[in-house]
Amino acid sequence: MTTTIDPVTSAAWSGFTSGPWVDGIDVRDFIQRNYTPYEGDDGFLAGPTARTSAVWAKIAAMFPQERAKGIYDVDAHTPSTITSHAPGYIDQDLDLIVGLQTDAPLKRAIMPNGGYRMVEGALRTYGYEPDERVRDIFTKYRKTHNDGVFDAYPSDVRKARSAHVITGLPDAYGRGRIIGDYRRVALYGVDALVAAKQRDRAMLDMERSVEDVIRDREELAEQVRALGELKAMAASYGYDISGPAASGREAVQWLYFAYLAAVKEQNGAAMSLGRTSTFLDVYLQRDLAAGVLTEEQVQELIDDFVIKLRIVRFLRTPEYDELFSGDPTWVTESIGGMGQDGRTLVTKSSFRLLQTLYNLGPAPEPNMTVFWSERLPEGFKDFCARVSIDTSAVQYESDAHISSVCGDDGAIACCVSPMTVGKQMQFFGARVNLAKALLYAINGGRDEVSGKQVAPVSAPVEGDVLDYDDVSAKFDATMDWLAQTYIDALNCVHYMHDKYAYERIEMALHDSTILRTLACGIAGLSVVTDSLSAIKFATVHPVRDESGLVVDYEVEGDYPTYGNDDDAVDEIAVELVRTFMEKIRRYPTYRKAVHTQSVLTITSNVVYGKATGNTPDGRRAGEPFAPGANPMNARDSHGMLASALSVAKLPFDEAQDGISLTSTVTPPGLGRTRDEQVHNLVGLLDAQMMSEGYHMNVNVLNEDTLLDAMEHPENYPQLTIRVSGYAVNFVRLTREQQLDVLSRTFHGSV
Amino acid sequence: MSSNESTGAQVVPLGHPLVGGSTERPVGHGTAGLDDVEYDHGGRLAAVRAGELGSVHSWELVTAVDGPGTRLTVFLAGCLLRCLYCHNPDTLEIRRGKSVTSQELLRRVKRYRGVMKATGGGLTLSGGEPMMQAPYVRTLLRGAKELGVHTAVDTSGFLGAQCTDEMLDDIDLVLLDVKSGLPDTYRRVTGQELAPTLAFGRRLAARGTEEVWIRFVLVPGLTDAVDNVEAVAQYVASLGAVVTRVEVLPFHQMGRDKWAELGMTYELDDVREPSLELMERVRGQFRSLGLTTY
Repeated sequence: MTTTIDPVTSAAWSGFTSGPWVDGIDVRDFIQRNYTPYEGDDGFLAGPTARTSAVWAKIAAMFPQERAKGIYDVDAHTPSTITSHAPGYIDQDLDLIVGLQTDAPLKRAIMPNGGYRMVEGALRTYGYEPDERVRDIFTKYRKTHNDGVFDAYPSDVRKARSAHVITGLPDAYGRGRIIGDYRRVALYGVDALVAAKQRDRAMLDMERSVEDVIRDREELAEQVRALGELKAMAASYGYDISGPAASGREAVQWLYFAYLAAVKEQNGAAMSLGRTSTFLDVYLQRDLAAGVLTEEQVQELIDDFVIKLRIVRFLRTPEYDELFSGDPTWVTESIGGMGQDGRTLVTKSSFRLLQTLYNLGPAPEPNMTVFWSERLPEGFKDFCARVSIDTSAVQYESDAHISSVCGDDGAIACCVSPMTVGKQMQFFGARVNLAKALLYAINGGRDEVSGKQVAPVSAPVEGDVLDYDDVSAKFDATMDWLAQTYIDALNCVHYMHDKYAYERIEMALHDSTILRTLACGIAGLSVVTDSLSAIKFATVHPVRDESGLVVDYEVEGDYPTYGNDDDAVDEIAVELVRTFMEKIRRYPTYRKAVHTQSVLTITSNVVYGKATGNTPDGRRAGEPFAPGANPMNARDSHGMLASALSVAKLPFDEAQDGISLTSTVTPPGLGRTRDEQVHNLVGLLDAQMMSEGYHMNVNVLNEDTLLDAMEHPENYPQLTIRVSGYAVNFVRLTREQQLDVLSRTFHGSV
Repeated sequence: MSSNESTGAQVVPLGHPLVGGSTERPVGHGTAGLDDVEYDHGGRLAAVRAGELGSVHSWELVTAVDGPGTRLTVFLAGCLLRCLYCHNPDTLEIRRGKSVTSQELLRRVKRYRGVMKATGGGLTLSGGEPMMQAPYVRTLLRGAKELGVHTAVDTSGFLGAQCTDEMLDDIDLVLLDVKSGLPDTYRRVTGQELAPTLAFGRRLAARGTEEVWIRFVLVPGLTDAVDNVEAVAQYVASLGAVVTRVEVLPFHQMGRDKWAELGMTYELDDVREPSLELMERVRGQFRSLGLTTY
């Protein structure tokens, strides 16, 4: 900022302890100097006000129609921008925090920059006629991201893509997984952010105009333009956000406007919120102390904010929903954790965010993500466990792992991807199907389903028994090809995304110099691990069809399976993660992004399984993979924690984009009494995180409830369950996915 | 029930092939990660007598069963009782277990020490009947105590005499299965006598140093008679303050398939799980004597 603070800013910051955050953009420093850690229990929390319940009831009454039709409504004529739509309200008189993506609640917008065909397909699916003018613009005059990518893909990538060995690439939809630091707008106001960007621009102007510099200048210009639009959008709701927020209510409103601008501009796969509750707590605490707000009013603000986050919507196609089921938006909010100085980052507002699950009932969004550490205050731990038991709407990630790479102002994008807020972004890379790659290795590069040559021609396995060393060597070579093809694909995708669908407002809320990661991913880890274990420890006979293609396997004898805390087989999984990461690192990345990978499938484990033939572990063709890094169903037989400890062996250093584990337990499986259940769940989380575990997605559910919900969805509008890395309304899953959830490890007892 | 004369279940024919890990909870599944050891006959006997070698059916990390917190439960092979409702019939014979050294098992206890500490859990020796392998149990308990780990033993008490006072000194919690309160019913259910169990419980009560949880499996038509339950409840109440909880466990059919796999005759095919009303009636019988009952 400037050394002389203007009077408006000075009033807005009254009572705050100053520090470096006053002189330059540094939200973390502001939080550290001003927040109030809370070590107590949930006794202070307030329930919903009549106003909150009325607003929620009004919007909830619209959900059945949305569920029945697939979408509630869409504006098919207006490509969405930050300022494209007139103001919208749930109830103009009752809304405390205002702003909607379009001029009406649940009305979706079109965002054709990512790809026009996706928009048209979605409109037709839901019975809307595409607008011809829009079609003309995006097919004749304005190129989209999707067009660009397919101009650049080499043939290897196209082949690997259509064979489903590289899948889910964000080449026809927004990549997402970028978290704007929406807090900056509240703390500094838009004008100060523009001024900072202009200073960065002045520095860039002093450099020679080479390609990188030209791109940076253009991006900065777009960022400044987007900030102007943000101001205009807020003004249309009657708010001037050029200066900092001066109260708790303004802080929530300013922050929400910033986030809203992002979801008006981008249909990203995951549009995560960041780590906002402790930041907002500073303002709320100041108002509480001054007697301006009561606890009930503070909770009301948070409830209203969360209502808005719950109704973020994007227009997507059914095929997209197969990959990412249940219409998720991943408005991930990271809560809690520990500060580097040893104080907890838990505040009363951490509780208040979770309290919305009681005040409004359970819901999948925002994606409540607690950064867990055994050092968290006991009162907060107990409250989290209670909320999990009651709602199954919370996921847990290791605070220790995340702070080791992001410091104490990191947040999760999407499910498990950590990044330092405002200082780091990722190029989302979906994932490769490792199980299919193993089958390619066995078949000399031919696809086991189609018989087509997809990977380069190599020698297929020979003889009647698979030899571990032989298969391992062949698989290693296949992974070389796969890694290279994969990085090729991702470089094309992200080059074009930056060019045709740049995230202007999200990047305006980042530092101008940032760390970029290329977030690769692997699916089918447990299938490959168990397959290699079978080949190593038992006798596996390949079964060939008339063309010589290996299409099935007969396994003789026992072999250890992943998920039982047995090093003999878990080491195979560890080695796979290391090996593929090491191969990825060999290839240069677009914008020199740092290579990372995740072991995460979201709900696409079902789709990947469908596209993959019989595997040597006995899995039948078409059967789903286990989600994320989970062991295969029913093969983890030594208890939920033993299963988690196998997963915890996967090295986070080699999978810094996250390792996902989902576990489901029944309430009695956690203990006889409620206190015992809470105590045991806290203990399990402590134990798993202390054992180097990264992620625990916990469902506490009865199988009967899910079965009944499949039969009578109308009775369970808010039944929320956690799938790989996020939460969904169970009744919005496809039947296939519901069955998959049911068949997955249901740890009746943990 | 097919026959009224039979006492306890039919013994597994020796020639029957061994069956691998089971497929249903709550029985432990397999011995993943534990090394099998080979001894010559003489060496094996010596190692068994010294408590260095035992026969293990399986292990599991469990929560909220087999004691407080998250526990490493080790199912030891071998039992002299032949309970008609046994849900782990594959643990009945020592020969069906895997030979595992105490050192190897204690290595795993050590690995989970942090987990146990974080959850307020510990080690539970179950079975089978752990006291069938008393020297092994002794070594494991001592080793666990040296690691500072909470210990529990899940036993029918039938071989309570095998459990020395020194061993009891290393036990924090006894999960005592009282399978019936009337001697005739006990014999019918288990094929053995009730008296040793009662004696073991009284010994624990007299010592007063180990916590005791009582377990009673409620099987409709077999153990649910009012007087049978009353006899158990009266006995448990007479043990006094050492008993801190009673768990009434509903009979279930999840072990049935294993009987067939093992070539054993299962007599409870037609028995259903107890109704909630029956469960509450039985729990009420315990509660009316002031016992904390789940």
